[in-house]
Amino acid sequence: MMRLWQNYLRPACLQEALQALNSSPGPVCAIAGGTDLMLDLQQGRHACVHTLVDLASLPELNELKVLGDALFIGAAIPLSRLYASELVQENAQALVEACRLIGGPQVRNVATLGGNVAHALPAADGTIALMCLDVQVELASLTGKRQVPLASLFLGPGRSILQETKELVVGFRVPLRRPGQASAFRRVMRIQGIALPILNLSTWVEGDAERIVRVRIAAGPSGPVPHRLAQTEAFLQGKTMSREVVEAAIPVLLAEASFRTSPNRATGDYRRHLVGVLLQDTLESAWQRCSILQVTR
Amino acid sequence: MIHTLTLTVNERPYEIQAMPGETLAELLRNRLHLTGTKIGCGEAECGACTVLVDGDPVMSCIYPAERAQGRRILTIEGLAAEGKMHVLQEAFIRYGAVQCGFCTPGLIMTSLALLHNHPEPSSEDIRYALKDTLCRCAGYPSIERAILSAAQALRTGEALPPPVIQESSREHEVIGRNHIRPDAVEKVTGKAIYTDDLTFDGMLHAAVRRAGVPHAILRRLDVEAARALPGVAAVLTAHDIPGEQNHGLVIFDWPALVGVGEHVRYVGDALAIVAAENRQTALEAVGLIEAEFEELPVVSDPVQSRQPEAPVLHERGNLLKHIKVRKGDMQQGFSEAEVILEHIFQTPIMDHAFLEPECSIAVPKPDGQMEIYVGSQIPYSDRNQVARALGWPDERVRVIGQLMGGGFGGKEDIAGQIHAALLANITGRPVKLLFDRRESLIVHPKRHATRIRVKMGARRDGKLVAVETELYGDTGAYASLGEKVLTRATTHSAGPYEIPHVRADCYAMYTNNPPAGAFRGFGVTQSAFAIESMMDMLAEELHLDRVALRRDNALRVGSITNTGQELRESVGLVECIDKVEAEMLRIVNAESPGRDPFSPIPVPSAPHLLRAWGFSAAYKNTGLGGGAPDRSGAEVQLYTDGMLEVRSSAAELGQGLVTVLRMIVAQEFSLPPECVRVLVMDTGLTPDGGPTTASRQTYVTGNAARLAAQALRQAITAFLAEKNDLPPEKINFIEGLAQVNGIPVALGEIAREMELAGQQSKACYEYLAPQTQPLGEGGDMHFAYSFAAQAAEVEVNTLTGDVRVVRVVTANDVGTAINPLGLNSQVEGGVMMGIGNGMTEHFIMEKGQVVTDRLARYRMPSIVHTPEITSIVVEHATQDGPYGAKGVGEIVSIPTIPAITNAIYNATGVRVDSLPIDQEQLLWGIKRAPVGKSR
Repeated sequence: MMRLWQNYLRPACLQEALQALNSSPGPVCAIAGGTDLMLDLQQGRHACVHTLVDLASLPELNELKVLGDALFIGAAIPLSRLYASELVQENAQALVEACRLIGGPQVRNVATLGGNVAHALPAADGTIALMCLDVQVELASLTGKRQVPLASLFLGPGRSILQETKELVVGFRVPLRRPGQASAFRRVMRIQGIALPILNLSTWVEGDAERIVRVRIAAGPSGPVPHRLAQTEAFLQGKTMSREVVEAAIPVLLAEASFRTSPNRATGDYRRHLVGVLLQDTLESAWQRCSILQVTR
Repeated sequence: MIHTLTLTVNERPYEIQAMPGETLAELLRNRLHLTGTKIGCGEAECGACTVLVDGDPVMSCIYPAERAQGRRILTIEGLAAEGKMHVLQEAFIRYGAVQCGFCTPGLIMTSLALLHNHPEPSSEDIRYALKDTLCRCAGYPSIERAILSAAQALRTGEALPPPVIQESSREHEVIGRNHIRPDAVEKVTGKAIYTDDLTFDGMLHAAVRRAGVPHAILRRLDVEAARALPGVAAVLTAHDIPGEQNHGLVIFDWPALVGVGEHVRYVGDALAIVAAENRQTALEAVGLIEAEFEELPVVSDPVQSRQPEAPVLHERGNLLKHIKVRKGDMQQGFSEAEVILEHIFQTPIMDHAFLEPECSIAVPKPDGQMEIYVGSQIPYSDRNQVARALGWPDERVRVIGQLMGGGFGGKEDIAGQIHAALLANITGRPVKLLFDRRESLIVHPKRHATRIRVKMGARRDGKLVAVETELYGDTGAYASLGEKVLTRATTHSAGPYEIPHVRADCYAMYTNNPPAGAFRGFGVTQSAFAIESMMDMLAEELHLDRVALRRDNALRVGSITNTGQELRESVGLVECIDKVEAEMLRIVNAESPGRDPFSPIPVPSAPHLLRAWGFSAAYKNTGLGGGAPDRSGAEVQLYTDGMLEVRSSAAELGQGLVTVLRMIVAQEFSLPPECVRVLVMDTGLTPDGGPTTASRQTYVTGNAARLAAQALRQAITAFLAEKNDLPPEKINFIEGLAQVNGIPVALGEIAREMELAGQQSKACYEYLAPQTQPLGEGGDMHFAYSFAAQAAEVEVNTLTGDVRVVRVVTANDVGTAINPLGLNSQVEGGVMMGIGNGMTEHFIMEKGQVVTDRLARYRMPSIVHTPEITSIVVEHATQDGPYGAKGVGEIVSIPTIPAITNAIYNATGVRVDSLPIDQEQLLWGIKRAPVGKSR
């Protein structure tokens, strides 16, 4: 009789997990929160596997701590624990806002940021939030650990540089927030569902009095992979913050990003309209925060 | 590699062998027999399967059982472990937050975790925590109040405050007062048994090979590989049906199995059925069945279906029925009109999305009988249809109805009953056929998609003189109740107004979409959207007040309906309109005195959010009508333990009929309702109560129960009078006792005495409702109508097109509110279903294929979509209804959609004429709308 999986492994540490992924009889697959994988298995989008390797309890993937000038967020921390963390709230408001919107409360008690990123979808809320935070991803394989910029992970819709049984996302290094810096995330959903967002957008900004010193923006889906909107950022950088200047940035954004039509979800035109609304909204919100928020360290 | 799983469930340690591929929900339900945890969707969307893992709520349907190693699990069964209910459970009962009960365990577990983390939750906290724990009966306001009250009781240690629900103005000792459901305790403790919670010795599991193509001739079917699969007990195809191949509710046009050479008419058509030792093997076997088709062009909509060149779907043609309403003279009517408006409206297919997917279990008995365990709205019809398929007399089949996790009209047709019975018959073993959510969405009959053209003529003073409507209804592949539903859509298509000249034509068309049948509102939901939109368009055209326009044209006592019926009594429409308007104005004036509720006003802190109110009215028949004999049987029996039992096959789907029947019998005997047991839905033990449809059961089975109780009371009185040689006036029933010449006698004692004397302490009554006339013959087409008005306040985000319903004020003329607590739940759920049907739900078909085949794609409203709902009960008693009562179930939902779309127009100047409300289209409309209209 066919089973979704035959063998379920709960390794005690990262090294054990990597070994299990490499040496178990195949097909073998890692499971973190499993909130997508289980549905893919049950609904036949993912073939049945021989071995599932459970990453959820690995201590290395559950760490949440300040490491030098970055906040390390373990890839397997359930989203609900993540956004309840004062460290995350302090340093990554966009991520908090995104994670509070992913799935529902029960799903967020299980789902992980690592899973959200590893799926490499162009509009995953967690991923888009991380994109504006200039995050480094820590990867581990049997040959050792390495760090790569988040954007370099993605190859195409649903495709990443991660080799499923060879390399795992251990966690994310989010630069600690400094005075005058803040971020925000917004999205627009279709009330009739089709679980994916119509559009989401994250903004990180550093302000000095009225001047935009630096800004980072990501929107999804705005191309095959999650990416930053570099020309829009360049346009805004150094300008004096105002509604008008953000309004002027919208054509730049529309010129560099590609918004397509998704059947039964949204037209490209609707997305092109919404992206301006979300840019205004997130920049305004992040700007207010960077003038209000004191860095507590 | 099999290992042992160690975990704690409800404080009890377990060591159990791990099973490959098993979810926590499966472990709990199948192996630990904790069936309180429900599976509503199997896709982590509905929350019915929520359990706590180390205190955190998770969806157990996608939680690998092996991940629970070493963890502490709490399920609904663990909450009242010591026998004493948790205050949350009590609060859900007291506040009427329990209806069908299928979502209740998940809701309570989610709420429990919330109260642990937030002992003093705000309304916002509750909405955040319960976002993905769905209730299709949708008593969300009651659920919220129950949680708030439980939290307060937990904090203060004081007793739960009683709910604030106005009792009936026509109250009696029992009737008209708030009573809790007889099944509420079972439902909040996880003890309530639904069909899938049952297991029988040697039970097989069934699965169905569906066509998967919408229109074709089946050319080849090969089931050999499936038969050969180890663990498969039987595979049946069309020629294995011993009796009649077709089933149906009115017309027998729906094949239980499509045979080789025969016509496939929709994707859900069944080709073969499999029974196997377990569900996984049955599904695997279905995957091995090979079918080849000669595919045919697809008929996608009813307008296309009526074209002469359209492919022909049934021998009798594509037209199921041309339904006509004629009153007065249209030429005269439109010549008297000073203004004429015409517009076309579209409504899509909608799914009931009851949280409990269909499940049937057939159990062959040694005496040759077949028992069918199923949640069905028409048990006697199931019996007949199963017997026909088996080629048996009806009496050889017994339908034993189970608790139902919602129905809303979607459990009137055959789902798996016949298939389970065929497989049980051939294997001689019990067979369970459980639909998963995808199968449920694809297979069962839906709400009719419609295209409705309305042409309306009026005088300048607003008097309606002529209304012409033309409806196209998509009845899908098979008739189901299509003719009846679309008749109701047609007769109600000119709205609850008195109009001298009316003409309505409806074309009920077959297509290659899933069949369409009964769905709460029964066609009137669709036509109310069209006509109530037109009423607002007319008011604008004539610069008249839209409420006054409705009031001036409203049906009242003495009015003649479009079908020629004189309304002689019980027409509370004007009072509904007046009361809703008054309450709406009270709310508006409290915020900004003198403001016109129908003009847009920006939210002060967020000027891109525009608010406005909208208004609508509606009516809906009670009962089958149209000349159909409308009868129901009920039996009442007194037992030696002093309890009374009332029995009828009428169905309890969550709507609260069992409470109503219990209260009626208690009223007739002057007993507390707790002394009355209720047994429903068993064709072996309960008299035929007819279909649970058309908002009819409170009226017809309520009357049957009332008259059976009266007959029993008379029989007992006569017995006691004779035995004691007293005149009957000396026998009374007071506070649970009989009084014989002033001396109290326990009822149980009387039952014993009657038994000894060889007399039966029971009475049966078959109630026949007042006669009605067929459409086209004038006279009383229905014996009663319920009426309603609603006002909805919406908030439109002019930057995104997003819409939120902020408040709804609703008034419903229900004759008499038998149980105001149950009525309140129906009102809340009705409004929410309207919000869902109008806003969140979009059933998408593409060339006969169901796109929205998962709950993730077909969104029902959740607690976050819930407005503040104010319910006003209007009671214009109807003479022949029990204590004056008439139907409730449908009218509460019908006016919601047009109230919302009219409000959107008032806020933005954009007329929504196609459902569901689409945020993108609305945004483009706002951008196009003339300046001044939107501000």
